[in-house]
Amino acid sequence: MFSKKNNTYYICVFFFSLFVLFLYGPTFTIILLSFQGPDGGLTFPLNGISTYWFEELWRGGSVVDIGSAFKRSIILGIIVMILTVVLSVAAGLAFRKKFWGSNVLFFTTVASLIVPSIVLSLGVALQFRLIDDLTKWIGSSLDISWVNDSFQTSLGMYSSGLGAQLTWTLPFGLLIMFAVFNRFDKSYEEAARDLGATPWKTFKEIVLPLIAPSIIGIALFGFTLSYDELARSSQVMGSGNTLPLELRGLTTTVTTPIIYALGTVTTFVSFTVIAISVGFYLFLKRKKGI
Amino acid sequence: MLPYIINNSIFNMPNLFKIKPSVGLLSLPYSFVFIFFFFIPLVLTFVISFWDYNEYSIIPDLILENYRYIFENCFSFENGMCVTFKTYLSTFMFCLITWFFTLIIGFFVAYFLAFYVNSLTWQIALFLLCTIPFWTSNVIRMISWIPLLGRNGLVNDFFLSTGLTSTPQEWLLYSGFSVVLAFVHLYTLFMIVPIFNSMMRIDKSIIEAAYDSGANGFQILWNIIIPLCKPGIVIGSIFVITVVMGDFITIGIMGGQQIPSIGKIIYVEMSYLQLPAAAANAVILLFLTLLIIWIMTKMIDIRKEL
Repeated sequence: MFSKKNNTYYICVFFFSLFVLFLYGPTFTIILLSFQGPDGGLTFPLNGISTYWFEELWRGGSVVDIGSAFKRSIILGIIVMILTVVLSVAAGLAFRKKFWGSNVLFFTTVASLIVPSIVLSLGVALQFRLIDDLTKWIGSSLDISWVNDSFQTSLGMYSSGLGAQLTWTLPFGLLIMFAVFNRFDKSYEEAARDLGATPWKTFKEIVLPLIAPSIIGIALFGFTLSYDELARSSQVMGSGNTLPLELRGLTTTVTTPIIYALGTVTTFVSFTVIAISVGFYLFLKRKKGI
Repeated sequence: MLPYIINNSIFNMPNLFKIKPSVGLLSLPYSFVFIFFFFIPLVLTFVISFWDYNEYSIIPDLILENYRYIFENCFSFENGMCVTFKTYLSTFMFCLITWFFTLIIGFFVAYFLAFYVNSLTWQIALFLLCTIPFWTSNVIRMISWIPLLGRNGLVNDFFLSTGLTSTPQEWLLYSGFSVVLAFVHLYTLFMIVPIFNSMMRIDKSIIEAAYDSGANGFQILWNIIIPLCKPGIVIGSIFVITVVMGDFITIGIMGGQQIPSIGKIIYVEMSYLQLPAAAANAVILLFLTLLIIWIMTKMIDIRKEL
């Protein structure tokens, strides 16, 4: 039926190749265009070849403070990654048995993936606005001087921004854990328990090494989804913008290939992170000998 | 002596300390994030949609003004359709067209991966190839269409040089077309993953049995594979439809900030600090989204599919 010698097979291969071209073609176009000479524009033909726009980007020419936005995004990405791994592995372990509220938590997880991002962003923004109002009210009625003098807002990258991004990355983490534990062979664990290992020791020495490759996957989702997240963060980042937010602003104002250079750099970062993760994943798999 | 007594009495308290710490407690930090950043914000959105506001503050109240304003002039069709209905209609159209293309493309990509790629290594490698763009920046993937579709872009160059058209085509970029193209580009993966997952669960012997009984390729596809992929198709459809329903970024960038959407209304109202009005719009959007999901999940049990 699915033999490789009939026409359907070649049509499918052709179709798939076309799809891959569709996926990657545009990105490679802008990578190519970012290496133009100083006279280059937003479209073809290529006006010379140089690294001029990257140097321009490095100097920060004409573009807002990209360097610090970049740094903010990386730091936030790492924090989100760590929290996503720790919280979803812990929750994944809990979900192996039914517990009080496990169904509600599961449906909340799925709901969080499909709730429109702008609605969530608005909700978190409203919540922090109320927290601000409440803080200022308490500050003035109790006469707390630091609140009255210096408190501006609780909205920020590491409060509301972090939380809003976690509602996007954590569900992926938990769903990966579900997939892992659905295929998990419990006999190793039982053997360890029979030999008198404590739950913590069983987890550390048996379960953790077995699920380690999948944890790399969760970490990859955690970092990359945070690093590129835009819709949920859009209303709740406070004063310091992350890279995707700056990028969106630039799409309407910048008309030089510098935006492609920036695109090349961020894509390079994403690709590097993916390559490291895949490499690490394969390494752990091989080490386990499975 | 006293500490001993206290200690002893505490440890002798019946049952209170005999409850074993449950593994379920490990889900607490995870739950906390969703209570604080998901549940409470959504409840607040609902509550604040009934509040009043002025230029600089929001005022606790219980009014329907925000909702009334959204549907103002919507039920007298003298001047044609009202802005709200037009916006919803346009968003629904984007949903429908995007859903159609992502479903067709996603289905056949998954079909190829599941049935025509025999080695597991290749399957994983090609699957990864489809997934990698999901981990890169959406904004970059959108602007990467500019050199292709712009006024002086490659497609127009091709049209002009082959004489297909005599003037550059303006509808290629910053139009409904480019919005749909970007949606399909960004979100086909949401279809591929669940459909591929469903296909991998299909027992190959069923297909062989059908083939041996004389079914042709199309019959097998239509009568066996598609019905067995229904859960994957439904899950993928839910993802694609909800993401398009609430979108304001793709429609903004690829529509040249000219095409309205529900998400954009909320976004604009927020930037003018009309928060209760934005909240009312968000409640309606959320309600419609949930309604669509509810209808679709009537068809399957999601939890069984993981």
